[in-house]
Amino acid sequence: MENTYKIIIAIILIAIIVGGVAGYILLSPPPSIEQVLLSGSGATFPVPLLDAMITEYGTVKSNVLINYEGIGSGGGISALQAKTVDFAGSDAPLKEAEREIAPNTLHIPETIGAVTVAYNIPDFATGLHLTGQIIADIFQGKITNWNDATIQDINQDIMLPDHEIVVAHRSDGSGTTFIFTGYLTKVSDDWANTAGLGQGKTVEWPVGLGGNGNSGVAGIVQGTEYSIGYVELAYALENYMSVAAIKNPAGNFVSPSLETTTEAVAGKAQAGLPAGDVSWSAVDVLNAPGDQAYPIVSFTYLLVYKELNVVPGMTESQASALVQFLWWVVHDGQSLGPDLEYAPLPDNVVQINEASIQSITFNGQQLPTS
Amino acid sequence: MHWRLTGDNFFKTLATILAATAAFILLVTAITLFNGSLPVFQRFGFSFFTGTQWQGNVIGSEVFGVLPYLLGTLITSGIALLIGVPISLGIAIFLVEMAPKTLRVPVSFLVELLAAVPSVIYGLWGLFVLRFWVLDLIEKPVSAYLGWIPIFSGTPFGLDIFTAGIILAIMIIPTVSSVTREVIQAVPNSIREGAYSIGATKWEVIRHWVLNYGRSGIFGAVILGLGRAVGETMAVTMVIGNAIGPSAVPISLFKPGQTMASLIANGYLEASPASLELPAFIAVGFTLLLLGLLINVIAHVMVTRILKIKGGAVA
Repeated sequence: MENTYKIIIAIILIAIIVGGVAGYILLSPPPSIEQVLLSGSGATFPVPLLDAMITEYGTVKSNVLINYEGIGSGGGISALQAKTVDFAGSDAPLKEAEREIAPNTLHIPETIGAVTVAYNIPDFATGLHLTGQIIADIFQGKITNWNDATIQDINQDIMLPDHEIVVAHRSDGSGTTFIFTGYLTKVSDDWANTAGLGQGKTVEWPVGLGGNGNSGVAGIVQGTEYSIGYVELAYALENYMSVAAIKNPAGNFVSPSLETTTEAVAGKAQAGLPAGDVSWSAVDVLNAPGDQAYPIVSFTYLLVYKELNVVPGMTESQASALVQFLWWVVHDGQSLGPDLEYAPLPDNVVQINEASIQSITFNGQQLPTS
Repeated sequence: MHWRLTGDNFFKTLATILAATAAFILLVTAITLFNGSLPVFQRFGFSFFTGTQWQGNVIGSEVFGVLPYLLGTLITSGIALLIGVPISLGIAIFLVEMAPKTLRVPVSFLVELLAAVPSVIYGLWGLFVLRFWVLDLIEKPVSAYLGWIPIFSGTPFGLDIFTAGIILAIMIIPTVSSVTREVIQAVPNSIREGAYSIGATKWEVIRHWVLNYGRSGIFGAVILGLGRAVGETMAVTMVIGNAIGPSAVPISLFKPGQTMASLIANGYLEASPASLELPAFIAVGFTLLLLGLLINVIAHVMVTRILKIKGGAVA
């Protein structure tokens, strides 16, 4: 009896396997067009946007399969250097030393990030005004109380509480920290010149609690009264966090939004950006000119080699698929940004990207962009 | 003698190879970590172990020191043992010596279930729940009355070395208590019967005979727990406050700190491959490995000494 059961089960299993394989072979479409695989890795900040772009691009070019892994900018640059990916993502432009180990890399800004200064003061959800200098002093531990005269002076219409400020910062290395500390470096000489501070993906925070990721910092800020922290714009908007309006070079207190972010980049691009194939290490779009330009703004970049034959195993069809994808990202793909709280690139930046993408070659040959 | 491929010989060779993989993996890990961290040790030498700074942004003038995180690891693990071991002993003793049969199985099952909870869950619970309990029930009162003692100084926020130690204590309880339970269960009943027959009370039997008999096994359980506490990453990262550099030196229990494991988890992904930062994180990993080996060696020496000094106990 027992054996009969075993035989029946074995027959059922075999039938499932055979049926599955046969069904797969019969139902999958004939490979009429060549499948092209592209892989990239790097910054986590643009992952939601890139995922949406890759999905949407699948409806435009169904034979191109793209995979992007958000492993962090540092990991992306390492992978680009090791030539194990076709493109990388980074929130910070390559430093000179990194350009040396990954020579002839193009910088293609694909979207814009902004960093908000979020706070949690009971019964005071909107309207806090801050200046860059005050923010730097708070994060350096020089201003420790909310009713400090410098803060009270620019917030005349409210009474700030007599309470210690709880500072929250990122504990993981991140592009958000890179943008934020870049701003502090720009607005505060003391921040810029103190050893261990300055601009970086991590700095030696003299005060405060470290949270892992935007969610970690947001968790500290939302869970701790009288706290202040910095959070990436999309995250702050989606979670309805209280964010400060920050004084820009034009003298206005500007709240962070997609519009004020794009305005900042447009203003800076008008003043001039480098071509894609030279060093971008000195580029920043912080403290940009413009009446309503939000001051803490930055590009996030896709990095590709200008001559794609340096990537082992790269074929011509992969190379042209990559060029076409990049072209689509900086044009049609931009329309996906606002729904996900990513600011679209202004026209003058798109033009710089067009020149960069057109300069990409494979074995010395230019590649069609569509 | 001819070597012939018999079933026995084959099995012996296979078992030897499998046993060797453990040593091989440890060796490969150690060599890889050492090679990866070599640039850091060449540059900073021993001061890497005594330094407190973590400055990696300006290529050419990096400074790295692991001391705050080494201390953070030791102190959080110490708190975990201080709180976790007595509780675990209590659980084990209760289950073996006192619990009625109807309670024994469900309680053991519950304790072992604690071990199956992923550490990120402990971390989340720590961040959103435990943190506030610790803050309101322990840290605020202690800070108000004993704040003048340096180890309780500073305004507490609940994300600090103390909370990390408590989370770790909870996480080592299942390991320590189930191993201890097995050890106590292995104590022969003749020992207990002998003790009762000369008029010992229950407490005396447990204190002087059962625990004494199983002490090396219990010590082994504690070391297992310590190993888990030293290496735990995710849950600690979420509640320890993640200070960095000189401000991470754990001078007060109520100040944010950092452990070696959480430092690596926090910074490794974004470390620039062109600077000394990446080797520095690998060097922290190497230090962590050394600490793990050191703990095990000390444990081994102590177990043998316990056995020698008191004799008789075999577990």
